[in-house]
Amino acid sequence: MGKRTPLYQSHIDAGAKIVDFGGWDMPLHYGSQLEEHHVVRNRAGAFDVSHMTVVDVTGSESTAFLQKLLANDVARLKYEGKALYSCMLNDQGGVVDDLITYYLGPNRYRVVVNAATRDKDMAWINDAVAPFDAEVNERSGLAMIAVQGPDARKLAATVINDEWREAALALKPFCGLAAGDLFIARTGYTGEDGWEIMLPEAMAAGFWQQCVDVGIRPCGLGARDTLRLEAGMNLYGSDMDETHSPLEAGLGWTIAWEPEDRDFTGRGPLTDVRANKSRQKFAGLLLEGKGVLRDHMRVVVDGLADGEITSGGFSPTLERSVAMARLPAGDYERAQVDVRGRLLDVRVVKMPFVRNGNIQIEL
Amino acid sequence: MSELPGDLRYTNEHEWLRQEEDGTVTIGITDHAQSALGDLVYVELPEVGQEVESGGEMAVVESVKAASDVYGPISGEVVAVNEALADDPEKINADAYGDGWIVRMKPSGDDSETMDPDAYQVFLDELEE
Repeated sequence: MGKRTPLYQSHIDAGAKIVDFGGWDMPLHYGSQLEEHHVVRNRAGAFDVSHMTVVDVTGSESTAFLQKLLANDVARLKYEGKALYSCMLNDQGGVVDDLITYYLGPNRYRVVVNAATRDKDMAWINDAVAPFDAEVNERSGLAMIAVQGPDARKLAATVINDEWREAALALKPFCGLAAGDLFIARTGYTGEDGWEIMLPEAMAAGFWQQCVDVGIRPCGLGARDTLRLEAGMNLYGSDMDETHSPLEAGLGWTIAWEPEDRDFTGRGPLTDVRANKSRQKFAGLLLEGKGVLRDHMRVVVDGLADGEITSGGFSPTLERSVAMARLPAGDYERAQVDVRGRLLDVRVVKMPFVRNGNIQIEL
Repeated sequence: MSELPGDLRYTNEHEWLRQEEDGTVTIGITDHAQSALGDLVYVELPEVGQEVESGGEMAVVESVKAASDVYGPISGEVVAVNEALADDPEKINADAYGDGWIVRMKPSGDDSETMDPDAYQVFLDELEE
């Protein structure tokens, strides 16, 4: 038996198929992964993401600590509630994990890291914080519910207290708000509008049920994966890992090179990777015909070295197979993928594949 | 879990076989198999006229989760394939024992090791444990 979130019984009652995810018993789907995918693209779905790890950072050197820990710069967080996506690098410039940091106030931050990497991350963070006058506190008593889809905010707003509704609806993208017991952020992992809501464990099942009652449909990790793939959002362990830098994972935009004297962990090796013009690139693939691209399939590019699919699958919105891949440097639009012994034609495309319900690439 | 149709034979690879009156055998995957695979998104069918060997590759079913080989439960010649699956692989999810059939074969010999519904049910129950 794995670890269970406060919503475990709700999932069972709703007929979820439960799978192990990083040591947690989580819902894969509640009947149909495809239907859940479309619900999020067209209306509203709710995801239990309580397995994710929430860490609060406080103390007089919190900012300095995070400026050392993260490849992105928390100095970019100019006002309370603002969120920042970043990678946390090892000394070789590889990715220890990707995370979101919320600025809660002067020298107060909230960091959300992945569930599957929790032990490794906490060890890494606790080690890194030692030289700083800062404290790291894991908030294990919090549950997290993501409501996602074009109608998600509108529907979820009806179940939050009157006192906070207006402010919650006024949140700009990638901003959060402490709303009484709740922390509401306009973030997500689906490519759709929505909120991620942190709340005390004891409130989670009641809040979840209220969301369901107003028409937000429970969605499992299966749909979460196809939604994030279409949205071109990386998954740690597949698209990013400790042996590849963010530059080789399509995450160059998350690295703050300025100011030049900010000495974040991994900066030296990362600078070398940046100077290497023959480094692998990261791009999307669209399968031209029928079939399904899968993780780790070999990508063949005419006259160049092989690449590899890091995440592949069926895109329910495109009704075609798509993938993210690490590919040899160069300008080319076509490649082939070794699908179970057959070379199938793919087009190399710029991600995302889908954003806010709309297909972003030419089919 | 839904009741197993009584007129079918089953394999431990979770395929079902129906003996047709004209001597051919219709083959598909069981409700247990489709449920374990999840939503199907692609089915690779054999060619009509192709010879399939018992235990050899016959078709591939791909779900949102993974690709799975469907092995020939008997040897024989493929006489029909369910073309509708090319556009609607989810027919297998919706109706595994009916519209979701995969191939029809003309058996070349009696080499099949199959179970009746009761035996297959016991097999499934043992898997659950």
